[in-house]
Amino acid sequence: MHTTTTDDTPAAVRIRGLRKVYGGAVAVDGIDLDIARGETFALLGPNGAGKSTTIEILEGYRLRTSGEVSVLGVDPAHGGLDWKGRLGIVLQSAAESGLYTVREQLAHFAKLYPSPRDVDEVIAAVGLESKAGTRIGRLSGGQRRRVDVALGIIGRPELLFLDEPTTGFDPEARREFWSLIRTLKDEGTTILLTTHYLDEAAQLGDRAGVILGGRLVDVGTVEELGGAEARVPIVRWRDPDGGPREVRTARPAELVASLVARLGGEPAGLEVIRPSLEDIYLQLVRAAGVDALDIEEAAA
Amino acid sequence: MSATTGTGAGVGTRAPMSAASGPGARRGVLAVGASRIGYEVKGYFRSPDAVFFTFLFPLIMLGIFTAAFSASGDISAGPGTESISVGAYYLPGMLAAGMLLSGVQNLAVDIATEKGDGTLKRLGGTPLSPVSYFLGKIGHVFVTGVLQAALLLLVAATVFGIALPTEPQAWGTFAWVFVLGVGTSALLGIALSSVPRSGKSATAVVIPIVLVLQFISGVYIQFSQLPEWMQNIASVFPLKWMAQGMRAAFLPDDFKVMEQNQEWDLGWVAVALLAWLVIGLVVSRLTFRWNRRDA
Repeated sequence: MHTTTTDDTPAAVRIRGLRKVYGGAVAVDGIDLDIARGETFALLGPNGAGKSTTIEILEGYRLRTSGEVSVLGVDPAHGGLDWKGRLGIVLQSAAESGLYTVREQLAHFAKLYPSPRDVDEVIAAVGLESKAGTRIGRLSGGQRRRVDVALGIIGRPELLFLDEPTTGFDPEARREFWSLIRTLKDEGTTILLTTHYLDEAAQLGDRAGVILGGRLVDVGTVEELGGAEARVPIVRWRDPDGGPREVRTARPAELVASLVARLGGEPAGLEVIRPSLEDIYLQLVRAAGVDALDIEEAAA
Repeated sequence: MSATTGTGAGVGTRAPMSAASGPGARRGVLAVGASRIGYEVKGYFRSPDAVFFTFLFPLIMLGIFTAAFSASGDISAGPGTESISVGAYYLPGMLAAGMLLSGVQNLAVDIATEKGDGTLKRLGGTPLSPVSYFLGKIGHVFVTGVLQAALLLLVAATVFGIALPTEPQAWGTFAWVFVLGVGTSALLGIALSSVPRSGKSATAVVIPIVLVLQFISGVYIQFSQLPEWMQNIASVFPLKWMAQGMRAAFLPDDFKVMEQNQEWDLGWVAVALLAWLVIGLVVSRLTFRWNRRDA
């Protein structure tokens, strides 16, 4: 695999006590995190939680207030051109005038990197073969986003940053994108992804972390996120007096059987719910006291 | 997304890089700079606004001046000296204006726009050296500046019937004033691009500066007819010297009596342009950022 470690640093990303303060406002408030080489890590969190600030510090775009950061063994505040050549960066938004065709733009960016991928292969990988000769300014929003992704991987990065990569994609395009990411992952690329889509994190992430108010409130495999407690099924029903009831239990069938026995028939409004990743995430967000509007935005 | 299908044409089928050799070598700063020149020129000629207001504008103005003043007779430096048409008189000024527009106006607006729309931020995340980026911009200004001057001279000679100099010395003067002037303009454009607060305000900031300079530096108005205090102000800025250098190359020698010191003062032209070149270089070096790191 071409992404074989070129130094002895075990982690692709190592963060200790990272803080970022703008004026008086704390955007990132003490984050510790390791991302292993070859790992795909999904960073979740509502808007304004500190996701983009964190990722832009790792990319070298912003300077940290304090803490230690190492990206591919280099402090991003002093990352040189050779270091940048090992990264792929897909920013959250780009709105260039789009005067170049897809192929021209990729061919030009390929020249900036020491061992780029083949331009036509990358165009095919993001599904833009039919638009290769079209100026980027004439593409739809989703197609332009694919160009952003293509520009992020053209340099054959060891570490790929994807900041909300699939915003504006239709469901079909998102599934195609996921398969591209899996291909990159199979080649050994380390990927740090931020997303609002929890299914995306579940599909792609080896591990995920939730950032709230500048703190990493939970990190783990997607199956572990929120802890075992958060995954306990919920049984809901209405008592004969009309009162709604809700019980969390690891043995919902037993509870339902005892309900049927006790009520002498079918309980009204019966539901057995296994919390989805989204439910768990929203519980975490609520527990952290983020206001409801942000939660809706984040879950949208 | 058939990245892994077909004849092994996966995204990553290139020969694996051995761990021992480390990452491959980046291409040289100059080689990348050269490829940036072609890329920049291509983008420029696909931007109708830029082409009209910075490339064709001097040509259009020369056409208007020639047509508007065709009836007002020739211009001479005094009784008994050689006289030339109004078009011939304004040609050097238009060449100087072209250098200013191709460099200062074009690059200041272009780079401020690139800053505003995220182009620079994206480039800042790649292994592109800022030196290559600037070589691309400056080279682009030279390429378009040469094309613009060639077009102006061609149209002046063929359409407007303006006689061009035949002495090699005049063309030698033209060549060094042109190279120095375009280089200075390009660097001042890069320096000025740091002033607009957003891409959208770039033209509002840059065009008035460029326009006022053209009026006081002898591009649109005969320099000798301006009041002395205005001539002195203009002398602080580079355009007056570009225009003076171009007049030295293109006007009959008799016309030098209409200059401020009744001389072409080519030495001062070189000094003034070099001084502004250094100012442009220093300010560009100090102010240029791929992105505002702590915005």
